[in-house]
Order: sequence, then C-alpha cells, then structure tokens
Amino acid sequence: MKTLKSILSLFIVALSFTSCHFSDSKKSNNDLVLYQCPMKCEGDKTFDHAGNCSVCKMDLKALAETSLTELNHNGISDESIFNLTSTWHTEENEIIQLEDLKGKTLVMVMIYTTCKAACPRLVADMRNIEAKIPKENMKDLRFILVSIDPETDTPDRLKAFAKENFMDGKQWTFLQGTQSSVREFANVLAVKYKQISPMDFSHSNIISVFNSGGELIHQQEGLGVDNKETLQAIHDLINKN
Amino acid sequence: MQTIQRLTLYTFTLLFMLTGHCQSKMVAIKGGTYIPLYGRDSLKVTISDFEMDVYPVTNKAFLEFVLKYPKWQRSQVKKLFADGNYLIDWDSDTKLNQSQSLDAPVTNISWFAAKDYCECQGKRLATIDEWEYVAMANKTMPDARQLESYNKYILGWYEKPKTFNNAIGSTFKNYWNVYDLHGLVWEWTLDFNSVLVSGESRKDVDKDNNLFCGSAAVGATDLMNYAAFMRYAIRGSLKAKYAMKNLGFRCVKDIVE
Repeated sequence: MKTLKSILSLFIVALSFTSCHFSDSKKSNNDLVLYQCPMKCEGDKTFDHAGNCSVCKMDLKALAETSLTELNHNGISDESIFNLTSTWHTEENEIIQLEDLKGKTLVMVMIYTTCKAACPRLVADMRNIEAKIPKENMKDLRFILVSIDPETDTPDRLKAFAKENFMDGKQWTFLQGTQSSVREFANVLAVKYKQISPMDFSHSNIISVFNSGGELIHQQEGLGVDNKETLQAIHDLINKN
Repeated sequence: MQTIQRLTLYTFTLLFMLTGHCQSKMVAIKGGTYIPLYGRDSLKVTISDFEMDVYPVTNKAFLEFVLKYPKWQRSQVKKLFADGNYLIDWDSDTKLNQSQSLDAPVTNISWFAAKDYCECQGKRLATIDEWEYVAMANKTMPDARQLESYNKYILGWYEKPKTFNNAIGSTFKNYWNVYDLHGLVWEWTLDFNSVLVSGESRKDVDKDNNLFCGSAAVGATDLMNYAAFMRYAIRGSLKAKYAMKNLGFRCVKDIVE
C-alpha cells in the first residue's frame, strides 16, 4: 500500500511539473503581441506597443491572433488544410493524404467531369493561371482539381479527363475522395455544392491558393474573372519559398 | 478469486453505465416522399428509414465528449475546425459557466465538432432533407406545414430570446416522438453547405449567376413557408467553422438491415 502511495505521489509531482513547463512555453510564444486601431483608421497597420491611434485617438487593441502561428508536432499550423486526415485517390490511382502535398504552393478548385456548364470555364481559368506561371517555377507548384462527384469520377475517369483537357502534366493532380471527405474539404474551402440530378451539381466557382504549409492565402470567386490577384498571390508565395 | 470476480462485475456495471449514458435515446423515423422548400429541381425528395436522436445533444453530453477527446477542448481545437466563438461561454476547457445548464442543448460548436461527435458514436449528422422531413411534423401530423398554428409556433419561437438555455424536452413531442426540433436551438445538418443562397443582397444581384453554376435550378417552392425559409437562409450563410450561440445539433443513424 505504501509503495502504491509513493508511486502515486510521484506521478502527481511529475504531472504538475509537466503542466508547469507547458504553461511556461506558452507564455514565451505570446510575447510577440501586436496592436491595432479598432477602427482600422490606417488600414491593417500594426504597432508593437500599446498607445493611441494617431487618427481617431482610440486605444490600440492587442491582436491575440497575430502572435506567430503555433506549429504542432508535424510542423503544420492550426489553420492548415493538412490537418484533414482523409485519404484520396489521384488520377494515377495513388492513395495520398493532403499532407503529402506539403512543401508546394497549391492552387485548388472543385469540379466534376460530367459538368457541362461552369466547370469547363473553371478548368479554363485554371489553365489560364497555369499558362502564366514561368516554367522554372512550376516545380514549386501543384494544381489540384478535386471532384465533387466521387461516385462517377473514378481515377480512370479523372485520368481521361486530364488527357482530354491537356492537363496531364506533373503539375496537375486530380483527386477522388468519398462523399464525406469531399463534403468536409468543401467546407474548409467554403465551397457550396448540391446534387440537383444524378448527373448534375450546382456549386460555387472558387479557386483557392494555399501556401506550402497548407494555409489558405487567397480565393478567387466567379467565372472568367480577372486572375491578376490570384497570380500575384501565387507569385508572392513562390518567391517566399 | 472472489476479488477478481467482484472486480469484473464492477467493471462491467461501470462500462454498461458509461455506454448507456453516452448513447442518447433514438427513435425510428419511417421514410417517405415530400417536397422540401428547396429540393432537387424543386421536386420530390425521398427519404429512407433512419433513426434520430430524441433530443439535441446536451452540454453534459458534450462535456463528456471533450473529456474523452481533448482535441475538441476549447484551447486545443484547431482553428481550421472552429472559430473564436467555439464554446466561448464555458469557464474553462472542461467546465461550464454557472449560467449554463447541463441539460440545455450544447451550442457554440462548429460543424466539424458536431460531425465528429456523431461519428464517434457510430452516428452522423442528418441531411437537410432528413431534418426538414422530421421537422415538418407537429404533435399529431407528419406534415403540418399547411397549418397556421404550426408556422405560428415556429415564428413565435424566433421572437423569443435565449431559448438556448432551456432544458431539452421542454418543447413539444412531435409525431415521430422527437422533441425540440423547433423551440430551443437551430441545428447543424450534414450538407448545410448545399444551400446555394447568398446572404448578401449586393452579391445576390448579378454576380451569383457566375458564382453558382446551375443556381437557377434551385429555388423556393413555397415562399409562404417563411419559417423554413429562415432556416435555409441561415444554412446558406454559415461556414463550417462558425460557432453560434443558438446553433446546436443532434445525430441520426442509418438503419442497418
């Protein structure tokens, strides 16, 4: 009985020690606090000390979330899409997780291959973006097309679609998931979709750009819109890497 | 030997209590065909038989869930999966605020959290069509949408403040023996992101035709059903990581033959 007690107390001591340690490390992470005018008089300008806004004289507010993004043990941040653990089939019939795409700038869109209305234009938008990227940068980039119709869009079908549309290069990846993983993925991208008949879906037309850590950087909404901002976002990311 | 026997007995009772505790009561819903407010091509939708939780998930049940799965505690949850309002009223990761009742439906949870909660119990969230199918019942009829009293009740609730802190079971039991679909909180659905209405009037004007492919195919079949229209509107404006004070959830299960 005595030994049991001593073991128990040892545990408690050990536990309290680790928890202390944890809170310490957290504190140091939050050292870097940025301040910003609550009215954003000077746009997104931030200050590294408290004070008044020079325009509206309001107290500057501490920004809790601007402290450096905390990385978890895998080296991916809280907001990274690599936190999704679902598995996907590529058009080459490989099985991957999103995390396998880590290290590349990602341009993603959700489509389905039987689509006659918006998807061809959306795919064209993707190709236009791709065409404007200098060849030497292509190795740092992946264009990902995720099917919202995983029942129909098998790897074989996706491969055929890739060939038809001249998107069979290494920089293009097509993904087939499951009903559930596609729904989850769409929710991460804030893409809405609905099956309106066995062959047809309504869906929002959004092209999303992620950095090499899987964090959403830019979204382009609509069809045939000016892709300047999207290209700029991709350009900035590639040069940062 | 006796001690071992006694111990196993204890463990079994404990296990039984625990599982019995976590698994909330469900009732069978007989499938059928109906026309929802927003259907596929505004046509009929067919629902298969399934089981539905009698009550929304409570604060108590969700507290047990975060104790078992710390990754869903407020300080642990990934920002990808929940915004800053996630469980914001709780005193700490594992303690409710004293103003919150254990028997009240849990709110301020994201879609990701609700989905995972159901999956951890071998269940899932209801689809919009399933939820609306059960929710169109009143006390005695499976489809009471034409009744004035039915719509009045729901609209009356929309005017009542702070119903999210009422205990589960405090509203009426409907035709299917399900409680609280109207009157306590709004509920997450599995495919809430299939509602293609934009909440912003500036967006609705012309840009939407570009934003949504085939959006003309989905429209309201019965705009008189204002209460349901409100539900679809809120679904259309949600994002999966949002956590709202009056938005909870319940789970359903497919019937395996």
